[in-house]
Amino acid sequence: MSTRRLAKEQPKDFKLSKPALKEIEVWAKKYPKDRRRSALIPAMWIAQKDAGGWLPEPALRALGDLLGMAYIRVYEVATFYTMFNLEPVGEHHIQLCGTTPCWLRGAGELKKVCEKKIGPKGSVSADGKLSWIEVECLGACANAPMVQISNAAGDDYYEDLTEENFGTLLDDLSAGRKVQPGPQNERHTSEPEGGADTLNAKGLYNKVKAKKLPNAVAKKAASKKAASKKASKKSVAKKVTAKKTVAKKPGTKKSAAKKPTAKKTATKKKVKS
Amino acid sequence: MSDLRKVNIDGQEIEVPADYTVMQACEQAGAEIPRFCYHERLSIAGNCRMCLVEWVGAPKPQASCALQVKDLRPNRDGSPANIRTDSEIVKKAREGVMEFLLINHPLDCPICDQGGECDLQDQAMGYGRDGSRFEENKRAVDDKFMGPLVKTVMTRCIQCTRCVRFITEVAGVEEIGLASRGEDAEITTYLEKSLTSEMSGNVIDLCPVGALTSKPYAFNARPWELEPTETIDVMDAVGSNIRVDSRGGRVLRILPIINDDINEEWISDKTRFVWDGLGRQRLDKPYIRKNGQLVQASWGEALDLAASKLKADPETIAAIAGDLADSEAMKALKDLMDALGVKNMDCRQDGSGLGMGPRQEYLMNTTIAGIEQADALLIVGADVRHEAPLVNTRIRKSWIYSGLEIGMIGEAYDLTYDYDHVGTTPEDLQAFLKSTKGFARKLKSAKNPMILIGTGALARKDGAQILRLCGEIAKKYKMVRKDWNGFNVLQTAASRVAGLDMGFLPAKDGLDLAGILKACKKGTVKTVYSLGADEIDEAGFGDAFVIYQGSHGDRGAHRADIVLPAAAYTEKDALWVNTEGRVQMGRMAVSPKGEAKIDWAIIRALSSKCDRTLPYNNLEELRTKLFADHPTFAGLNVAPGADGASAFDPAKLGKAGKVNKAPLRSQISDFYFTNPVARASAVMAECSAVGDSDMINEAAE
Repeated sequence: MSTRRLAKEQPKDFKLSKPALKEIEVWAKKYPKDRRRSALIPAMWIAQKDAGGWLPEPALRALGDLLGMAYIRVYEVATFYTMFNLEPVGEHHIQLCGTTPCWLRGAGELKKVCEKKIGPKGSVSADGKLSWIEVECLGACANAPMVQISNAAGDDYYEDLTEENFGTLLDDLSAGRKVQPGPQNERHTSEPEGGADTLNAKGLYNKVKAKKLPNAVAKKAASKKAASKKASKKSVAKKVTAKKTVAKKPGTKKSAAKKPTAKKTATKKKVKS
Repeated sequence: MSDLRKVNIDGQEIEVPADYTVMQACEQAGAEIPRFCYHERLSIAGNCRMCLVEWVGAPKPQASCALQVKDLRPNRDGSPANIRTDSEIVKKAREGVMEFLLINHPLDCPICDQGGECDLQDQAMGYGRDGSRFEENKRAVDDKFMGPLVKTVMTRCIQCTRCVRFITEVAGVEEIGLASRGEDAEITTYLEKSLTSEMSGNVIDLCPVGALTSKPYAFNARPWELEPTETIDVMDAVGSNIRVDSRGGRVLRILPIINDDINEEWISDKTRFVWDGLGRQRLDKPYIRKNGQLVQASWGEALDLAASKLKADPETIAAIAGDLADSEAMKALKDLMDALGVKNMDCRQDGSGLGMGPRQEYLMNTTIAGIEQADALLIVGADVRHEAPLVNTRIRKSWIYSGLEIGMIGEAYDLTYDYDHVGTTPEDLQAFLKSTKGFARKLKSAKNPMILIGTGALARKDGAQILRLCGEIAKKYKMVRKDWNGFNVLQTAASRVAGLDMGFLPAKDGLDLAGILKACKKGTVKTVYSLGADEIDEAGFGDAFVIYQGSHGDRGAHRADIVLPAAAYTEKDALWVNTEGRVQMGRMAVSPKGEAKIDWAIIRALSSKCDRTLPYNNLEELRTKLFADHPTFAGLNVAPGADGASAFDPAKLGKAGKVNKAPLRSQISDFYFTNPVARASAVMAECSAVGDSDMINEAAE
């Protein structure tokens, strides 16, 4: 991490858009009137999205005025957290994980791809479409190597990358083609590569009657709702983040339902052996 | 105190209040704890780790500044917790912390202004290892611009954040911050703007290393070459205790001395950096005006001419004492004028009508430290921040820590704390007297209410009426009782209270300042003796013959017909009475410049030329006479406070009558230019320029 300071070239002025102001107000209202400054980090995040992925200096002042705090306090926070970009970024800002698990799985090669396609670390591509930096662990080590790409649509993980699929991914992004977040090697979330290879014997669950949990009904209903949401979202195929959270829900439900059975099978196995 | 805890420190069992920190307990037990970030007048940060001690039984050494005694669990057998400050663990911990601090600290002590008075230097000697095991490169940090007073060498910074906490908590302007984190952490102002606080110089004292040093003093001297003199500041009427460091007859810097009753540990920037004004524009020879030009003269010629003018009809003579006149000089001048039969005398250069009532009328009776006991304060027409910065920090302290409620009638100034702005004109004052809502209610429910009246509110045509109104407010809200006097006038001139105390005022049928100036224009007053009266417009004296006695070639000397060069405040032993009525003794740090003489001695010499020789031959005799005539001067370092408050009726002050509509405002237009010494200072001029246009250092960043 190099010293983070404000960009040398700054826009003359900057105004937060109306929706951004509205959203910031939602956060500010969560705190007592004299503690509006507590909303600084979410507000700064919203401002960063609003300003195209980075925080120009006038935006810091605007936030200070908005939340009633000294500019230097805003500046301290902006320089402290690496999630706030103080220099302009590309339309798609790539945050490449270079921490040990990703590095062992080939993050070094991905860096070379970035250097070839975008430029040296911290730079923006000539067409302004892409920019990249190296970051510390993003917590998706099971799918290493991975990157996080931030753009207008949101902040998504792209996992299980190789030199080839990462190269295509970057090409697709700069060409404006649609890309699919998540694992890039057809793998489902962080299941073993090539699909699950345990607990998938045919008829394993036939005899098992899952005990009804006290909250089972409610859960079912919730999952139905989620499923219907999922369907509608898919048809629109827009908010990737929303889809992701939805995708998780049935998974958690499944595992919760599976748990008792898993235990039973385990005890059975023990008896057998 | 009821809640006491026992704690065992280095085998010695002591009892301390439960809310003491372990560091305070250790100090009480006589153990010395090294520290960098901890400062008793700032909040606790606990980030330097230099104060580590061993809590026997705890797995790791503890930061003693951030650990309270009440959080110490007793030992298993119920005996008080054992703290060790001399064990092997502590020694190792200190050595470790010191080694880490020195990893990124440059070894530039030979070119560092902090050398010789550096906490890091001292503590590295006391608690450090003999060498470092660090072989990599040190980090280097760009220097930051912080204005004309604070010089930065940021590579030396150890990130104790004392400066950040001071500027935020005490000075009340959030201007310094710690940017970035970890190895990249740097202290800076927002976009390297100049500090705007009038207290900013204190960060220089607070900085434990040489990261923030004094810009005007840079590379001027080493601390061990300087001769310190403890004296009193005269830039305002607070009477801050200062240490004047001089070398070879030159004042090289001014530092604060701790006095919890007055300035605590701080001084204003004007007090600290005015010293370059002591070497500029000085009057070092007597002058006489011949054909419209001031021409050098000998002392004999000048005094003879002055004496011949003073021998005229006493009705045609007047004397005015300025804002920096010391008590002895005023006493000598008053005695001389009395002997000559002169009745036209005034020490109120601002034109206020104070001094006619009891002593409480013109004092800050609550005292500065007393502000901390107050729970509601009404400010009337005072820009406290610039009239008395140290009173302002006290108010701010009380506002932060004991919830002081503040109301303001007068122009709305930025005082670094929130206040209810009740009104701006004297009429609002009248309305407030009848009001029962808003701030009036808060004032009514207060236990220790106080009113603070600026001289700007009193030095106007309707000043006496405003004084009466304020007095009535004080009476209505029961601000004066036997053990509490909440009636306060905030004086701004260092000489004023002493002048009023000794009655340097028009005698019966004598003229006051306005009368003198009017008579000068009319020609009925022909000779004016000006004892450093520099705030009066040159044209104001008309055609009168002006004998000016003072230290600086300022407004007064420009208008003078005779200039008698005198000593500045660092060049004489003198008594000063501050706005609380506290008499303090100033001491001579350096001798007067050139042929200049000490003030009272000039007047004594003049008196013998006038055949009215004053009855004292030395300072001792003068003071004896002063104490005999005015006993208040004999009580050194004591503020009267609520003494005699039961006999004091504020509602009888001033005069009843109509007030006009002009808003109440401070008399100070430029904080950095309030007296001749400050006006001679190049540093003050630079500070004033920064205030005008927020200067940004373009070269950096």
